[in-house]
Amino acid sequence: MSIKTKQELVQGLFTASPSNFIALREQGKEIFLSQGLPSQKSEEYRFTPIAKKLEQAITRFFPASPLSLSKEQVQNALLDGFEGDVLVFSNGYYHPEFSNQIEGMEVSILSEKPNTPIGSIAKPEKDPFLSLNQATFSDGIFISIPSKFICKKPILLLNFHQELDGQVISPRIWIEVGDFSEVTFVEQGCSLGSSPYFVNKVIEIQGGVQSQISYHRIQHEGNQVIEVSQLETDIQRGAQFTSFYLSLSGDLIRNNLSLHLKGSNSVGNMYGISLLQGKSLVDHHTYVDHKEPHAESNELYKGIFGDYSRGVFNGKILVRKDAQKTNAFQQNNNVLLSEDALINTKPQLEIWADDVKCSHGCTVGQLDEEALFYLQARGIEKTTARGLLLFAFIAEVVDKIQIESLQKYIITLIQERLGSKFRT
Amino acid sequence: MSKDNQLLEDLTSKEYEHGWSVNYEADEAPAGLNEGIIRWISSKKEEPQWLLEWRLKAFATWQSMAEPSWANVNYPKIDLQALKYYSAPKQSKKPKNLNEVDPELIAIYERLGISLNEQKRLQGIAVDAVLDSVSVATTFKDTLSKLGIIFCSFSEAVKEHPELIKKYLGSVVPIQDNYYAALNSAVFSDGSFCYIPKGVRCPMELSTYFRINAANTGQFERTLIVAEESSYVSYLEGCTAPQRDENQLHAAVVEIYAAAHAEVKYSTVQNWFPGDKEGKGGIYNFVTKRGICAGDYSKISWTQVETGSAVTWKYPSCILKGDHSVGEFYSVAVTNNYQQADTGTKMIHIGKNTKSRIVSKGISAGKSQNSYRGQVQVMKRAQHAINFSQCDSLLMGNACGAHTFPYIDIANPTAKVEHEATTSKIGEDQIFYCNQRGIATEDAVALIVNGYAKEVLNQLPMEFAVEAQKLLALTLEGSVG
Repeated sequence: MSIKTKQELVQGLFTASPSNFIALREQGKEIFLSQGLPSQKSEEYRFTPIAKKLEQAITRFFPASPLSLSKEQVQNALLDGFEGDVLVFSNGYYHPEFSNQIEGMEVSILSEKPNTPIGSIAKPEKDPFLSLNQATFSDGIFISIPSKFICKKPILLLNFHQELDGQVISPRIWIEVGDFSEVTFVEQGCSLGSSPYFVNKVIEIQGGVQSQISYHRIQHEGNQVIEVSQLETDIQRGAQFTSFYLSLSGDLIRNNLSLHLKGSNSVGNMYGISLLQGKSLVDHHTYVDHKEPHAESNELYKGIFGDYSRGVFNGKILVRKDAQKTNAFQQNNNVLLSEDALINTKPQLEIWADDVKCSHGCTVGQLDEEALFYLQARGIEKTTARGLLLFAFIAEVVDKIQIESLQKYIITLIQERLGSKFRT
Repeated sequence: MSKDNQLLEDLTSKEYEHGWSVNYEADEAPAGLNEGIIRWISSKKEEPQWLLEWRLKAFATWQSMAEPSWANVNYPKIDLQALKYYSAPKQSKKPKNLNEVDPELIAIYERLGISLNEQKRLQGIAVDAVLDSVSVATTFKDTLSKLGIIFCSFSEAVKEHPELIKKYLGSVVPIQDNYYAALNSAVFSDGSFCYIPKGVRCPMELSTYFRINAANTGQFERTLIVAEESSYVSYLEGCTAPQRDENQLHAAVVEIYAAAHAEVKYSTVQNWFPGDKEGKGGIYNFVTKRGICAGDYSKISWTQVETGSAVTWKYPSCILKGDHSVGEFYSVAVTNNYQQADTGTKMIHIGKNTKSRIVSKGISAGKSQNSYRGQVQVMKRAQHAINFSQCDSLLMGNACGAHTFPYIDIANPTAKVEHEATTSKIGEDQIFYCNQRGIATEDAVALIVNGYAKEVLNQLPMEFAVEAQKLLALTLEGSVG
């Protein structure tokens, strides 16, 4: 990366960052300055030229300000038939006026909670974007779910983003889930403009004993978005964490998903679908850390890549010495539809315990011509047949979504995409 | 459980069989690495000017490179200045045929079970025996030369077939390829050269046996195999070293060139001294091996059984340039005690309809670390490339580690790439299943490990398969029948 980008990020963002959490910000700044933005020589960012992209697309690094939203905007952005509570954000700032009050749960603006242990799960040394966010996060929220609290309805985190002369949006979210509690999150972004902006987001989730947490993310904000989004989760004994990512667009999207299984008998499930066209690049980096015995992790990511799109997948499973009787499975399947599409995938296992069952599988291929012919021979038009087959390819992942309304909505999004623009 | 412990006990207590060394008078270069040493080696070997220049260029390139650190291995920094770069047994004059070779040297190989005496051999295998820095004998030369096959030591080839060496040396592994390849290019001492002319099917296995004997030396040999159109050769490589307390460096380069319709099969049974139970001593095995399928319908197949070395770091690779060319990689890597292995392959698909297959089986025991690192790359123009990779790891004992780092980079939509990996220990249910059927635990373990590695062992030529099975049995004694 060039010195220029680093300097400009430093000046623009650091000078204008809010004056709370000073010690944290100082620490983040110091670590970021020693790390710098990752170049493509860095193993973690080999296929994702983020520094270059930022330099080209973002002219002025400055923290974004909150937007003034209208009720209609919020209403229009809701998914059809969604039943649940909504928390509204714009450019990373929380809007209580548009958000639901959720009974039994604490939702506060992060700056009102100065004792939040920010950075204790998402350690700033791990990634330069973590340290950058820690140094410059605008604001965010603090969500606390007491123990033995079953939140039946999903909670929608609705983010409005709008660029203003190449702004940087740095939200930060802290979620703590008490013992034996259950909660489901859906996160979705909504772009109010069409020029490029950069989102550098960090979410930390702390899951208590026997808690059940699920997190869904829909990425279809448009092709102007550059985003680095990090979700770091710690869960305790017997807890279960499930994530689902649907990536449909974006100029360059990097998702860092880390799960630390800190208790025995904990379960982690990670699912993802990438359906890309145009020049989008979506990079999924997942990391599962098995620290304790008898835990289990399942990972299933599927991707369909058309046009000039690029997919990157890096799945790392670490099984520590004491994590005996671990079961860890990972699968990544990809279909390339166009000659200019590209996929770089690297499943990775690091095993330090002997009594484990771990596996990963990874495939890259294309549509089965014979299956296509079979359908065509039965009078199904080629485009429809292709859509059908591609949908069948990812249906396995869609089936993992537990919330019915969300599943329906996601199926509609996928069908829209498959019915139209994919070319052979 | 106690039986399991007993098994592990047996397995970790096995000593290295080829740990002896022999005292003979040797010609040695002084320790250190500089231009003078390179000139010294070159003049010692009476090399032509162009080769010296090539070496010096490599040395200059090497000096500008940094030692790589990305591999998943840990070892103290090697002091390259403390090594001797040339050591050769003293022979009064160059032997014209086998009968003139110093019997003492022949005895070394006899003791290793490698007979250099042509009459005594059961199977037709031509052997090039390399001791420390030089080739001491090459068998069956006459038989082979009748077919036009050239099989001799590298130094001999430089003198007798300079045009071939000039053409192919560094064509697959260029000087600047990596740190150790550059070092090898600068200081390589000897090795084997093999040339199969057009349309010839080599009637016997060709083999090189490497032996490090001298202390404080590094072995830097270079093997070059050229298979012309429609030819076939099967090539074997074996290696051992004496048991010493200090670590020794082995940085070799193997280059294979396969023209259209040619097939080269390269098998290695690597049994360098792995260090003792405390991880003291052993060979650092940093090898660059690469083949190019330059012509259409050519095939290169790598088979390796890695049981030795303190640290192994090698990735036999195939560049599939010709259309319809095939690359294969079969590997069993066994690590025990404090051994570390970071090994795998690279398959680079450039031509159309190219195929590659990777089967890697890792077995880690004791406190060892075993990593598979591989890359499958399908270039944009490589239409209809097919790859299948499988890498499995078996863990024995709770202090070892198994890791996989597969890179899959696909830029063509017609590619079919499959990769699967598993890590497990020998399942209690599997053992139980065998026990139920009256098979004792020890035999059951033997059965399972044997079956586990079979896919790779089956690829070895018969003579080697026997040795490899024996080696597996020795390395994991008590668990393989």
